[in-house]
Amino acid sequence: MADTATLPAAPRAPLAARLGASPAQIAALALVALFLLAFLVVPIVRVIQIAFTGPEGSFSLVHFGDFFQTSLLRESFWNSIYAASMTVVVASLIAVPLATIISRFRFRGASIIHTLGVIPLVMPPFVGAVAMQLIYGKNGSINLLLNQFFGFRIPFMEGLNGVIFVEAVHYFPFILLNLSAALSNIDSAMEESAQNLGASGFTLFSKIVFPLSLPGYVAGAALVFVKVFDDLATPLLLSVTNMLAPQAYLRITSVGVSDPQGYVISVIMIACALTTIGLSQLALRGRDFATQQRGGGGLARRKMGKGGTILATAFVVLVLLVVLSPHLGILLLSFGTVWSFAVLPDGYTLAHYATVANEAGPFITNTLLYCGLAGFIDIALAAIVAYVVLRTRLKGRHLIEQMAMAAVAIPGLVLGIGLLRTYYGVRLPSGESLATFWGMLVIAYAVRRLPYALISAKAALRQLHVHLEEAAESLGAGKFTTLTRIVVPLMTGGLLAGFVTSFATAAVELSATLILVTRPPDAPISYGIYVYMQAAAGRGPGAALGVLAVLVVAVATFLSYRLAERERNAKSREGVF
Amino acid sequence: MPEKVSIENVSFGYGDTLVLDDVSLAIEPGEYFCFLGPSGSGKTTLLRLVAGFGTPSKGRIVIGGRDVTHLPPWERNLGMVFQSYALWPHMTVAKNVAFGLERRKLSRAEIGRKVRIALERVGLSHLADRRPAQLSGGQQQRVALARTLVIEPAVLLLDEPLSNLDAKLRTEMRVELKRLQRELGITTIYVTHDQEEANAAAGRIAVLDGGRIQQIGSPVDMYDHPANRFVAAFLGTANLVEGRIEGDRFSSSDGIVLGGMTEKPGAVCVSIRPQHIALQASGTGLPGTVEEREFLGETTRYRIKAGDQRLIVDEPHRRDIEPREIGAMVGLAIDARQVSVLRD
Repeated sequence: MADTATLPAAPRAPLAARLGASPAQIAALALVALFLLAFLVVPIVRVIQIAFTGPEGSFSLVHFGDFFQTSLLRESFWNSIYAASMTVVVASLIAVPLATIISRFRFRGASIIHTLGVIPLVMPPFVGAVAMQLIYGKNGSINLLLNQFFGFRIPFMEGLNGVIFVEAVHYFPFILLNLSAALSNIDSAMEESAQNLGASGFTLFSKIVFPLSLPGYVAGAALVFVKVFDDLATPLLLSVTNMLAPQAYLRITSVGVSDPQGYVISVIMIACALTTIGLSQLALRGRDFATQQRGGGGLARRKMGKGGTILATAFVVLVLLVVLSPHLGILLLSFGTVWSFAVLPDGYTLAHYATVANEAGPFITNTLLYCGLAGFIDIALAAIVAYVVLRTRLKGRHLIEQMAMAAVAIPGLVLGIGLLRTYYGVRLPSGESLATFWGMLVIAYAVRRLPYALISAKAALRQLHVHLEEAAESLGAGKFTTLTRIVVPLMTGGLLAGFVTSFATAAVELSATLILVTRPPDAPISYGIYVYMQAAAGRGPGAALGVLAVLVVAVATFLSYRLAERERNAKSREGVF
Repeated sequence: MPEKVSIENVSFGYGDTLVLDDVSLAIEPGEYFCFLGPSGSGKTTLLRLVAGFGTPSKGRIVIGGRDVTHLPPWERNLGMVFQSYALWPHMTVAKNVAFGLERRKLSRAEIGRKVRIALERVGLSHLADRRPAQLSGGQQQRVALARTLVIEPAVLLLDEPLSNLDAKLRTEMRVELKRLQRELGITTIYVTHDQEEANAAAGRIAVLDGGRIQQIGSPVDMYDHPANRFVAAFLGTANLVEGRIEGDRFSSSDGIVLGGMTEKPGAVCVSIRPQHIALQASGTGLPGTVEEREFLGETTRYRIKAGDQRLIVDEPHRRDIEPREIGAMVGLAIDARQVSVLRD
C-alpha cells in the first residue's frame, strides 16, 4: 500500500484506500496502540531495562549474577520449576484417565466428568488453599482420621506438596478440556481405516490415537505450567515463600520498589513463560492435525467391561470428592465457628456472613466497579482490533494484535511491578500517585484480560459474513451506520460473552492486585479474601467472602456459556452461509 | 431511468497476482448482461469493482456518465444481491427491506408504502414480520431481491444469485428474475459460472477467463461463432481440431478434410460441435472406431477414434436407431457449414 509506484494510473485514489482503512479506523487503532504502549509495552520494557542496568547505570548482568549467587533465590527458581512440573504430572494423572474415559468409552458418568472440568475453574486456587489446608493439612480432617484409625499421616500439604496439590486440583481442567477436545476432533474414520489396514490395540493407540491427541495435551500442559509458575497468591497463602513469584513480591513490598532482584525475577518469569509457550508451539509445529479434519464426531466409544466400569466409577468418584473438597471446605469454613484440630468445625453460625455484610461492602462494590470497567475497556479495545484485523488491510494491524495477545505471557505480578515502577512518580492532581490510584487496577485487569476478550471478539466477527456489511453499504449506509446498525448488533452476543469472561476472571485476580493496592478502602474482593485469610481469626469472614466471589464467578461463567450457546444456535439457524 | 455502464481498461490485482487484466466493456441502458466464466476468472471481482468494493489499480468505471471509480459503495446507488443473500439476521423481513429507504431519509409513511409494494412484487407480503432465519432459501432470495429493488437502483448487480437454490427453484427464479428485469427495465449485470443460466437469461454475455475478456456477444452468436478455443470449449461441447487451410480446404494430420473454407490460408484450429457430425455406415466418409458410448436421453454420445483424434459425436435418439457397439467401425460425415474457425 505504501508502494505508490504501482498506482500511477489511479492518482485520485483517496488516502484511505491507499492505507487500506478509513481515517476513523486508523484513529481507533492508534488509540488501542497507545493504550497498549503505555500500559503494557513501556512497563514491561522498564522492568527488563532495570534488571539489566548495573549500579553505574550501564548495561550489566550483575543483578543476574547476584540472583544465581543468592542461595534462597536459586532455591526459589528450582522450586518454581519443580512445582510447576510436578503440577503438570499430578494434573495429568487426574486429567488423562478422565479424558480417556469420556472419549473412548460409553460411560454413564460422562456428564459428571464434564462438570468436573468446570467446577475448579470457578474458584481461584488461593481461595481454596486455606480450605484444603484444613482438610488435607498435617492436622486436617483426612490426616486426623488416618492417624486415628491407621496411625499415620500423609504430607499432602507440606511445603511445595501443598502448592502442587492445590494447583493440580484447580488446573487439571485445562488438560482435560484440551485433551478431550483433541480426542473428539479425531475422525472415527481415522481409527477405522487403521483398523481396516490391520492395526489394533497398542499399535492403534501409539500410531494413531496418541499422535493425533498430542497437540491438545501439550497445549493444556503448557498452560498449566505457566499458570502455576506465575501464581503468587497460592504459595503466599500456604506460607510457601521460597518460590519465584513470592520472592519477587516480598522483595518489592519489603525491600522496596527499587530493589533490582524483583526485576530480575520478573524477567526470569517472563522468560520461562515465553520459553514454555515457545517450546510447546515448536513441538507442535505442523502437527495441529485435529483442526485439519472435522466432523467425525470423535472416536468410536467402546463398551466398558465390568471391572473397567467399577474402576472408572471409583476413580471418578474419588476425583469428584477431591475436586469438590476446596469448595466444600470453604463453605464449611464460612459457616463454621471454630475449625482447628478437628475433622469438622465445632459448630455453625452465620456470624461470618454478618461480618462480611458489615465490613466487606466496599470490597464487593470495588470489584463490581473495577472489573466492570475493565470488561468494558476490553470489549471496546477487542472489538476495534478484531474489526481492523479482519476487515481492513491497514499496515501494522497484526503487530497491534500480537501486542494485545502478548499479555498472555506476562505474569500479573510482573505487569503490576512494571506499572508501579513506571507510574509511581506520576502524580494525579489530588497528589496521589497514578500507580496506586484505583484506576490503575482497572487498567491492569483490562490489559491482562484483553487477549481473552480479543479471542471472543474475533470469533464473533468471523461468524459475521462480510456480505452482511457490504449489503448495507451498497444500500447507502456509510461505514459508521454499517457499524452501528449491522456489525455491533450482530456481535453483541460474542462481545457480551467476552465481557463476562473478562469480568469473572478479573474478579479473582490477585497477583497484580497485591502489588497495586495500597489502601484497603480501594481494594477489590480478591484482596479482601487474602487479607482476611492471613489471620486465623479472619478465616471465617474470608471464607464467606470467598463463597460470594465463587458465586459471582459461577454465575458469570454460566452466563457467558449461555450467551455463547445462544449465539451459536442463532448462527446455525441461518444455515445458508 | 436505466443507466449505461462503461468499464474502461480496468485492471485489478492483489500483490503480484493480476485478477483482472485490462478489461473493457460497455453495457447499454436496460440491458440484461452476464459475466460468465469459471471460478477464478475474475467475474465476481469485476462485479465487486462496479459495486464499489475495491478500487481498480488501473482504468475507470463510468455509470450513467458519472465516473464512479473512487466513489464508496454507498454513494453509487447500485443494488447488489449477494450470493449468500446477506440478509441481516437481527432484523425482520420488513426492516431488511426498509434499510436502504431509511438511509435515503424517506418519510415513515413513504417507507412503509414502498416496502409493502416491494414485498408484494416478490410475493412475500405475508412474511413481512418474520426473521430471515425463519424463511426458506427461495424466500430469502426474494427478500434480498426486494431489499435491493426497493431503492430503485441505477443498476442491479446479481452475484451468482441462484447458486444456493435447488434445481427446481433455480429454474423458477431464473424466469422470475427475467420477468422482473423486463418489467422494471433496469440495467442488470448477472454473474454466473453456469452457461445454461447465462444463455437462458442474458441478452449479451461477456466470457471471462484468467482475468481477461475472451469474447462478448449474444448467447447464440457466441455458441455459433466462438472466438477462441476457450469460448468454444466453455460454451457447450466442442471438438477442437488442429490443421491447415490451403485454398478453400481445411485438412488435419489425421485426414479430416473440410471444404468451403473462406478464411486466410495457414495453421488454424477449428471447432466442430458433436451434433454436427453424423454417423454413417463404415466405408463412407471419415473412418473411425467407437470407443465409448453414453446414453444421455435426448441423444447418445459416442467417443470415436479417427486417426490420432478422438471426436465426440452426438446422435439424436429415436426408437428405430440401432446403437453402435464399442469397437464397431463407422464412417463420419462433418457438416463443414457448421464448423467454426478459431482465432486462437
